[in-house]
Amino acid sequence: MNQIDLTAIFFHFMALWFVAVGGPSAILPDIHRYVVDVQHLLSNREFAEIYTLAQAAPGPNVMYTTLIGWYLAGWQGALATTIPLLIPATTLTLTVSHFIERYPDAPILRAIRRGLTPITVGLMFAGASVLMRTVSHDWRGYLTTVLTAAIVLRLTCNPLWLLAGGAILGIVGIL
Amino acid sequence: MQPSDSTKRRIGKLELFITFSRITLSSFGGALFWARRAIVEHRGWLTEREFAECLTVGQLLPGPNVLNLTVLVGYRFGGWSGAAVSVLGYLGWPFLVVIGMGMLYQRFGALPEVQLALGGMSKVAAGLLLATVIKLAMVLQRKLRPWLFCVLAFGAVGVLRWPLIWVVVALAPCAVFLSWKAKD
Repeated sequence: MNQIDLTAIFFHFMALWFVAVGGPSAILPDIHRYVVDVQHLLSNREFAEIYTLAQAAPGPNVMYTTLIGWYLAGWQGALATTIPLLIPATTLTLTVSHFIERYPDAPILRAIRRGLTPITVGLMFAGASVLMRTVSHDWRGYLTTVLTAAIVLRLTCNPLWLLAGGAILGIVGIL
Repeated sequence: MQPSDSTKRRIGKLELFITFSRITLSSFGGALFWARRAIVEHRGWLTEREFAECLTVGQLLPGPNVLNLTVLVGYRFGGWSGAAVSVLGYLGWPFLVVIGMGMLYQRFGALPEVQLALGGMSKVAAGLLLATVIKLAMVLQRKLRPWLFCVLAFGAVGVLRWPLIWVVVALAPCAVFLSWKAKD
């Protein structure tokens, strides 16, 4: 565990956040690729469990990146994966918001929004599909994922109840 | 009730910190709902329209939308230090909570019951994300070009597993340029 290059992780995460149109779900495939497939720091199962734990906690769903860092290298690891997310949020957001306040109707802003939205959606679909393949090993897993999505789209219910339901199904051995 | 009324106001650091702490600690499965409720309905810091504008900026830029919104609102009402305390409230608590969960996981994660429960929950967590994406996809225009870019981004990152950075650097300028030329 001492061989982890936190500097490399820090810069990789920071580069990701600068292109993270679509937020934390859009960079999920690349974080999985980097941590599981390229660096072999986590197994698929660990990745799935860490992501799930972070979803069950209060706060924005970006916190799974913090938990990955902490799991790999303690407090320093948590900071190495959390600080990069602040950098585009402060620098880019404040710079661009000044521009937008001054020129709210600039056609370029409309073109950026219209142009980037489909990419955002595609990347988030990629996030959902990578996560599905990471957490499921058979048809029952995929069925649960699809049923959950259908329930959320049809009814407004607290996601915590659904997570609790998933935990119970897991313990009784159905999933 | 002029729209610029709220831009002149200053809000204390402590109030910013407390408000964003409460937003984040009540956020299960998406912070946006709670952010709107606190900032527009309870505190009345922004009008519905101003909130929507800030959110658009947050969505336009890379990074978590609500974090970008937090920076904007904090800066607007308290300058640099206002933005700093807002972000501290918004990320600080979840940072500690999630690490607390990590400690429990390291201690009890190997127990078979915990493994089974987490295994079940993880399929649900994937479903929650899938539902969010489907909702977003509904707002895409029913035209060829947006869906083409959507499929290209999905295929490159989700199927071929190419590095995200290169995919975005290649696709984003093309998408924005074509959208600009088409004036849509």
